Amino acid sequence: MALFDQRPAYAHEPTVAPIEHRFSPYSDNGGTILAIAGADFAVIAGDTRQSEGYSIQTRYARKVWQLTDNATLATNGFAADGKNFVKRVKQRLEWYEHAHHKPMGLKAIARMIQTMLYGRRFFPYYVYNILGGIEEDGTGAVYSFDPVGSYEREACRAAGAAQSLVQPFLDNQIYFKNQTPAPGAEAFVPGRLPMATVLGLVVDSFTSATERHIEVGDGLEMYVVMKEGRQTTDLTDEGQLPAGMKVEELGSMGEGRGEKTFLVSMPLKRD
Amino acid sequence: MFRNSYDSDNTTFSPQGKLHQVEYALEAVKQGSAAIGLRSKTHAILLTLKRSTGELATYQKKLIRIDDHVGIAIAGLTSDARVLSNFMRQQAMSSRMLYGRPIPVARIMQGIADKAQNNTQQYGRRPYGVGFLVIGEDETGPHLFEFSPSGTSFEYYAHSIGARSQSAKTYLETNFESFEDADLPTLINHGLTALHDTLQQDKHLSNLNTSIAIIGPPAPAAEGEDNVSSSGAAKRGSFRTWENAEIEGLLRAWRRSRGEPEEGPQEAEEAERLKRDQETHAGAGGVGVPAAAGGEAEGEGAASGASAGAAGGAPAPAAGSEDVNME
Repeated sequence: MALFDQRPAYAHEPTVAPIEHRFSPYSDNGGTILAIAGADFAVIAGDTRQSEGYSIQTRYARKVWQLTDNATLATNGFAADGKNFVKRVKQRLEWYEHAHHKPMGLKAIARMIQTMLYGRRFFPYYVYNILGGIEEDGTGAVYSFDPVGSYEREACRAAGAAQSLVQPFLDNQIYFKNQTPAPGAEAFVPGRLPMATVLGLVVDSFTSATERHIEVGDGLEMYVVMKEGRQTTDLTDEGQLPAGMKVEELGSMGEGRGEKTFLVSMPLKRD
Repeated sequence: MFRNSYDSDNTTFSPQGKLHQVEYALEAVKQGSAAIGLRSKTHAILLTLKRSTGELATYQKKLIRIDDHVGIAIAGLTSDARVLSNFMRQQAMSSRMLYGRPIPVARIMQGIADKAQNNTQQYGRRPYGVGFLVIGEDETGPHLFEFSPSGTSFEYYAHSIGARSQSAKTYLETNFESFEDADLPTLINHGLTALHDTLQQDKHLSNLNTSIAIIGPPAPAAEGEDNVSSSGAAKRGSFRTWENAEIEGLLRAWRRSRGEPEEGPQEAEEAERLKRDQETHAGAGGVGVPAAAGGEAEGEGAASGASAGAAGGAPAPAAGSEDVNME
């Protein structure tokens, strides 16, 4: 590596400036994640493209991970940090179950993630995390984090490359921002959308993001976590899933409260 | 074992070539209540007798889960057991993190054996005062190992440790050849029979004092359809434990296989006494309770509660709770 920048012989100038070269421990692997909470379910989705700059590293790399029966974590940013962070979170969950003989509640997992992230305040995990699932009281919940652990419970959150495209759309459709009800109609109540609608919003968010953002595409994985009592048929039979989707029920991971998790996958445009 | 000048220093051999501190540590294991392990081609199981310090106290848990595929039964100092099982859990987790696969059972045994040996050769440290029976499943199938404070570990087809374990060993030695091909219900029944042999006079196996751990594919025939559906671990074939209310079904199956009344001896005596009090039946006498009482009792689940329900008698619960098998 030269300390001075190289130009062709004819272009050498009398004065040149030094250019510092440094190894960067981080890189941006693109992609987008999204999570929406319903009354008794939560959807956590991510595309499967992993890129670096203008290159695609792989068309299928997981960004959304099932932690327990009731919790699923999506990580986005620097993929290596994302993978390693999830491994460490899973280990902490295992120690908790050894000590307490039950899986961690969602609220507790969220707080624990904050402490794990802030523990690396001076060499952070370059990851934007979104945790989704079912709380101990049966309600759907989404928690979003910044790389050093600032977090908040929300009804919906998008993160990653296409955040600026997707989040405003969600603000309008989930929170009903900038919408006024028709005269005489009831006021909007956020957080009560049916599952079919929410899944439709997720799919539309990703297909639109894929259209306009180069780092988004290839495939979509949606994890649907449902409160105990809801049936598989709620997901498959309503005729709500667009064509081309594969649904897979994921087996129970531990002695939870009977929550069910489904993986719905579909392809996205590959250009 | 007699007191002599070689027995207080862990790092001094006696003229007979013994380390007395290690020998005494083995005594601590023998003081713990019985734990039995046996295995077949498909499953490995542990059965333990729990002790309580008194009627008001809980029974000491003897089964500890290390990982999905490894679990232990303890006999001896429970505090030492906690420390060692914590170490085993760290080893198991580290193996998954570093090598991306569950730790082979022989390797985790080597880990604790080496750790225990260290305490037999370091000045100022005492040996661990606990022994384990370890069951696990890896690529080479189900395994049963014994860990002892001396730092040795051996693999077994069947083994027992703790108080009065020799009687169990005798039963196991006589029958072990049939274990290899036994199905899970049969294996459990063999184990319970062996465990029963370690009991003192007049004591019985009950929901309170018996616990069972199983590793291997789910077996609804043994574990009961309901049990399998409620336990995620059972459905996955992971290490799972049955104790307290859940063990009822397994104990009943065992009593049935021996031709004994299902509710168990003490409960059957209660039911019979209540029937006599109620003057509904001239009781058959002894432990052979009429089938009617057995039928009624069975439908209700918990044994002493059942006989109370059947007879509608008030004194039954208080008397029934005397069924605390203490040693």
